[in-house]
Amino acid sequence: MTHWPLLTLVTFLPLVGVFFIMLARGDEAVVARNARNIALSTSVIVFLLSLLLWIGFDPNTAAFQFVERANWVQIGGFEITYHMGIDGISLFFVLLSTLLTPICVLASWQSVHSQVREYMIAFLVLETLMVGLFSALDFVLFYVFFEGVLIPMFLIIGVWGGPRRVYAAFKFFLYTFLGSVLMLLAILAVYFQTGTTDITVALTHHFPAGLQKWLWLAFLASFAVKVPMWPVHTWLPDAHVEAPTAGSVILAGILLKMGGYGLIRFSLPMFPLASAYFTPLMFTLSAVAVIYTSFVALAQTDMKKLIAYSSVAHMGFVTMGIFAVTSEAVQGAMIQMLSHGLVSAALFLCVGVVYDRLHTRDIDRYGGLVTRMPAYAFVFMAFALASIGLPGTSGFVGEFLILLGTYRVSTLECFLAATAMFLGAAYMLYLYRRIIFGTITRDDLRGMLDLSFREKAVFAPLILLVLWMGIYPNSFLTPIRASIDHLVAQVNAATAGAALHASLN
Amino acid sequence: MHSFAPPALLPALPELVLVCSAMLLLLIGVFRGEGSSRLVSWLAVLALVVTLGLAVRVGLEPRVSFYGMFVTDPFAAFMKTLVLLGSAVTILMGMRYFEDHGIARFEFPVLVMLASTGMMIMVSANDLITLYLGLELQSLALYVVASFDRDSPRSSEAGLKYFVLGALASGLLLYGASLVYGFTGTTNFAALATAVSSGGAPSAGLIIGLVFVAIGLAFKVSAVPFHMWTPDVYEGAPTPVTAFFAVSTKMAAIALFIRFLVEPFGPLLAEWRQIIVFLSVASMILGSVAAIAQSNIKRLMAYSSIGHIGYALIGLAVGTSSGIRGVLVYMAIYLFMNLGTWAVILCMRRNGQMAEGIADLAGLARTQPGLALALAIFMFAMAGVPPTAGFFSKLYIFLAAIDAHLNGLAIIGVLASVVGAFYYLRIVKVMYFDEPLAAFDRPISAELKGVLLVTAIVTLFFILLPDPIVGPAQAAAASLFGK
Repeated sequence: MTHWPLLTLVTFLPLVGVFFIMLARGDEAVVARNARNIALSTSVIVFLLSLLLWIGFDPNTAAFQFVERANWVQIGGFEITYHMGIDGISLFFVLLSTLLTPICVLASWQSVHSQVREYMIAFLVLETLMVGLFSALDFVLFYVFFEGVLIPMFLIIGVWGGPRRVYAAFKFFLYTFLGSVLMLLAILAVYFQTGTTDITVALTHHFPAGLQKWLWLAFLASFAVKVPMWPVHTWLPDAHVEAPTAGSVILAGILLKMGGYGLIRFSLPMFPLASAYFTPLMFTLSAVAVIYTSFVALAQTDMKKLIAYSSVAHMGFVTMGIFAVTSEAVQGAMIQMLSHGLVSAALFLCVGVVYDRLHTRDIDRYGGLVTRMPAYAFVFMAFALASIGLPGTSGFVGEFLILLGTYRVSTLECFLAATAMFLGAAYMLYLYRRIIFGTITRDDLRGMLDLSFREKAVFAPLILLVLWMGIYPNSFLTPIRASIDHLVAQVNAATAGAALHASLN
Repeated sequence: MHSFAPPALLPALPELVLVCSAMLLLLIGVFRGEGSSRLVSWLAVLALVVTLGLAVRVGLEPRVSFYGMFVTDPFAAFMKTLVLLGSAVTILMGMRYFEDHGIARFEFPVLVMLASTGMMIMVSANDLITLYLGLELQSLALYVVASFDRDSPRSSEAGLKYFVLGALASGLLLYGASLVYGFTGTTNFAALATAVSSGGAPSAGLIIGLVFVAIGLAFKVSAVPFHMWTPDVYEGAPTPVTAFFAVSTKMAAIALFIRFLVEPFGPLLAEWRQIIVFLSVASMILGSVAAIAQSNIKRLMAYSSIGHIGYALIGLAVGTSSGIRGVLVYMAIYLFMNLGTWAVILCMRRNGQMAEGIADLAGLARTQPGLALALAIFMFAMAGVPPTAGFFSKLYIFLAAIDAHLNGLAIIGVLASVVGAFYYLRIVKVMYFDEPLAAFDRPISAELKGVLLVTAIVTLFFILLPDPIVGPAQAAAASLFGK
């Protein structure tokens, strides 16, 4: 293991980039060019550094690694520490954040013209907050990162978004803020139970069964909005539609994962009894999410909205897998989140490509693009199939593991989810047919240019990763496995202990 | 008990220094005549800073003087620091404003100094008589500064409104104080504490007296339902004066509120907690809901301050050392956020006229990005979004509330903060999302720039080093309960 604070470096290096961007002077074009270059180089360096985390990661232990600890607030019995570390659960979320940020910067290279400097600053700040929240091991620190994300995202949607951006930005902020403040109270209650804000202590603490339910609900209030689970998902289509392409990428790629990460990191190990108690509720909501939102997706005429609803459906799989609490299902949920992070991000980028050319997301305005944009048709197809869950792509691995793990717990739930896979294929292929195939009927479509080199550079790593994860998932499952097995064993031991206790009385 | 030895003057040294310098500056002003306001202002700032240093030094250990009527302790030192900071910054920020409006008079800094002296006496009051003396000294000076722009009907109206309602509040408070005296036979806080804790169940008269004093104080902190004067006075008074109302007077009044309830009436926590909980809930809800409809930024800030007092009162309702620490941290951070916001409002001028509409901020992020960034920081802080200081102020309050099992109050608090976030975000929206109007007048005066810079840095980077505020707040809260 390295002796220098790698995790802190990965977390806060983007802020150094922000500092340099702020120093940029000159006329607007020069500032914009410098801002783009600085943002790209910073985020690429951060990504390369974060690869060291993967290389140095020991897959044989469930313990936190790269741990850093420093005193922060030490006064009056309420001590907050700067405590960072990653385990198998957080490792790939950190990597996903550092990967998607340079991709976002590249994807916005030409599509963002106004206030480029502020735009790049917002993305770099966002990167710091995202990496920080996945590696924070102190509740207050976690909450600061978790909530802090709202500020740059609010600005990204509101400043660079579409026509209804103000409505979408407010809805996004207030929905997630409402969920989070309830979690804050739960965090304080956890503090009074454990006597510390240290997450590692809270993870092994045994909370009273009655209190668990309340705390679980308060945490759910925050995570359910983030995931988003049906019926609190309505902010997502609005936010996605109005956000600029890169904003949608981060929303779908990382922000939704914050909810799933929270459920796995906190809800399961801290409140195992409440999790078991509420499993039927979660299964029901997940089943509704995957089936209902798939139907809703079928009816969409806006490309981004369709993909947004497909996100809700895919995240329904994730919540289902998490609360099945079998090793396969939770691992599947992890892979599904990573896969969705890549695939939905890529699909939004695909939408961005044609949107940049034609400035509409109306599905009916397109058709027959395959004749003019073969490379684009190929890329779009790869990600559409990955979204459907075709074997050989990352989507298959995640969904298969989830179904496998859930089948052992609830056959009915597994059956319902499997029907949704069929619906997923329906809406994705329907979308693909309407945009790519058919004959070109409009003149402006004839003039469409195929992918530029920059756009290919954006998509290439994503395609490689999706295939890698689909063909050889062990590279990703190995680091995850130890932590997940440990988690599942811990949860099962707690529920078994409670059942034994109940039978003895 | 006491012979006729003169009282020890050391504990009151800061007040004495301040009041003497106020007299001296009054003389300087009179002899130099018109045009001396800038000199007097700077000297007043100097005097306030010196007083601040003295107050901190004197307050290191608890001392009682003037036959038990006057007390200094770390709590008093902490609150006096906030009061004096607020006053000094108000004078700094006001210099240009009064010059631009042609009402630059040396009386303003002198009156602020006298009001500050009154506030310091309030903070140090250990007797109902001292309490009243400090309150009236403060109030009389404030009535005058509220109508300082005497040719403006709005300002005169503000002063008159404040006077009438303030006098009513003082009357209620005095009535309550007389009841308390009638039923316990003493006005001294320490003696009251003994009387309250020894006599078994408190008499109804004492409770009624307590309620009346609490109502009088609720007027001064503008807690709902005694808040009606606030939006009108905030809107009508000259902007630097409004800033003074929003910051320093709040500090002094909340300090008095805390000491009055915790020291003599600490044993009656169960009785007065209900009042404070009601005031707190009503203030938080009204503060966040009523602000939504405002289009004038000064009125908006009035409702915002009502809401903030609601949060601070949660800590008082808890009534423990940790609750009071929460209030103190809250007020300290409130001071920085608020002074910064008022500094921005003072920059809102077009063609020499104040532009007070929220819509006037449209597109500020394009025309004056620095100013917009500062105001955005303050707005996110007031909404309580991390990583700004405003998050930590709410954190300590809710921490205390959960500790005391006031879960319902905490839940109402966080829900109100979501509603409140809406109108703070609206200001950010107007600045960042809307199409720009003409830029505000430039250049911004050096004093305002300095205030903006310091308050923005404190608000944004508090997270890196919270101990310098949390530590003294902790010691100050502990000193109230240590005796």
